[in-house]
Amino acid sequence: MTEEITPSQTVGPFFAMRLPWPDGPFVVPADTPGAITIVGRLYDGAGNVIPDGLVETWQADPAGRFAHPDDPRGPSAAGYASFRGFGRCPTAPDGSYRIVTLKPGPLPAPDAGQGATEAPHLDVTVFARGLLDRLVTRLYFPDAPAANEADPVLVSIGDAGRRDTLIARAEPAELAEPADPTGPGTVLRFDIRLQGDGETVFFDV
Amino acid sequence: MTADVSPGGLVLPSYGRPRGVHPPLDSSGYRSTALRHPKQPLVLLPQRLTEVTGPLLGADLISPTDSDLTMQHAGEPQGQRITLAGRVLDSGGRPIPDTLVEIWQTNASGRYRHAREHHPAPLDPNFTGVGRAMTDAGGNYRFITIVPGAYPWGNHHNAWRPAHIHFSLFGRAFTQRLVTQMYFPGDPLQPIDPIFNSVPDPKARQRMVAEFDIDLTQPEWALGYRWDIVLRGPQSTVFESEVDGE
Repeated sequence: MTEEITPSQTVGPFFAMRLPWPDGPFVVPADTPGAITIVGRLYDGAGNVIPDGLVETWQADPAGRFAHPDDPRGPSAAGYASFRGFGRCPTAPDGSYRIVTLKPGPLPAPDAGQGATEAPHLDVTVFARGLLDRLVTRLYFPDAPAANEADPVLVSIGDAGRRDTLIARAEPAELAEPADPTGPGTVLRFDIRLQGDGETVFFDV
Repeated sequence: MTADVSPGGLVLPSYGRPRGVHPPLDSSGYRSTALRHPKQPLVLLPQRLTEVTGPLLGADLISPTDSDLTMQHAGEPQGQRITLAGRVLDSGGRPIPDTLVEIWQTNASGRYRHAREHHPAPLDPNFTGVGRAMTDAGGNYRFITIVPGAYPWGNHHNAWRPAHIHFSLFGRAFTQRLVTQMYFPGDPLQPIDPIFNSVPDPKARQRMVAEFDIDLTQPEWALGYRWDIVLRGPQSTVFESEVDGE
């Protein structure tokens, strides 16, 4: 028996009543060794910040594994007990969000060729008032240029300028916001522009 | 479960890509879409490990009163008490067990409990309007709540949202994530609501409308509404492996 799927509708402006849970931005506790902070702002097509958005992230653990039954390789032997892979943060009045996590490992992508791998990345979902369906993008890491160069998804985006919208930037420690518990040198900036100049690449997943 | 067998030996499920079901991101009747929809075409993202897995959020996020929105305060909220129940399925008709369902809604007078809410309708001290539940082994969820009210919004002159309950669903894969709204049958505001009508296919629109269910209705206690939610599923037919360059 097949069923017709249920259509998407906007998250609206009022999800923040309690949909975000207090530790939502923490994929790992802030004091986890190796933790990094991802900060960024959400912008609309007029360059204004979006104060009523919701950003969610999903990613592999540092060994490139998922504690999930559909990862046929099974979970990491090392185990990342406090790592849940999932982050959720509403945007603040200044359009900012932040996620505290661990950098994921690379992933095998055998369908893209012998020995092909996907560079470390986070899948990112954006919800907001005015978005009738979720937007999906990806965050890649600036300290993995060779892996990014070979990543089949990045390669599929012909335009280098557009591709660069998916690569986070190392944030100078003095610009880190707000005061960051994970320490200097571990803050990455990933701004998301829904429309217009510098529009982020979004995916049909 | 059917699976897509990749040449390198990783066996992963493959989720269908629905066409013509979800609303277009640029939907002129809903003004807030104007500056928030991408102008560039979406880029096709192959479904690999990150996409076919997803957060399996568990019962640790749930407390017993989370699914009964009438029991979260000292007293009972105003409004028509209802039981709202249904199943979470995939497009192959398979129930999705142990998955988190989150809801939020206005109180009976059409007011959200939110700092940016300016509708001059009364707050109800006994109603927050947020619920969570896990589906059981058969994909069933169940909430007890009250019928939300319609409310005005600034989209156009004399604009009113039909009564609705927001739903957030995870399924078991990133590809299945869905946020939507459930509507009530017979609401005269539905035909003139730009958000409801942003769904292009009239039949698909009706899949967002719950059914009144006399069997779910409890005598001397509460009306019953039933609403099933269908998420994208693994392909129901076996597809050949994707070939490079295809």
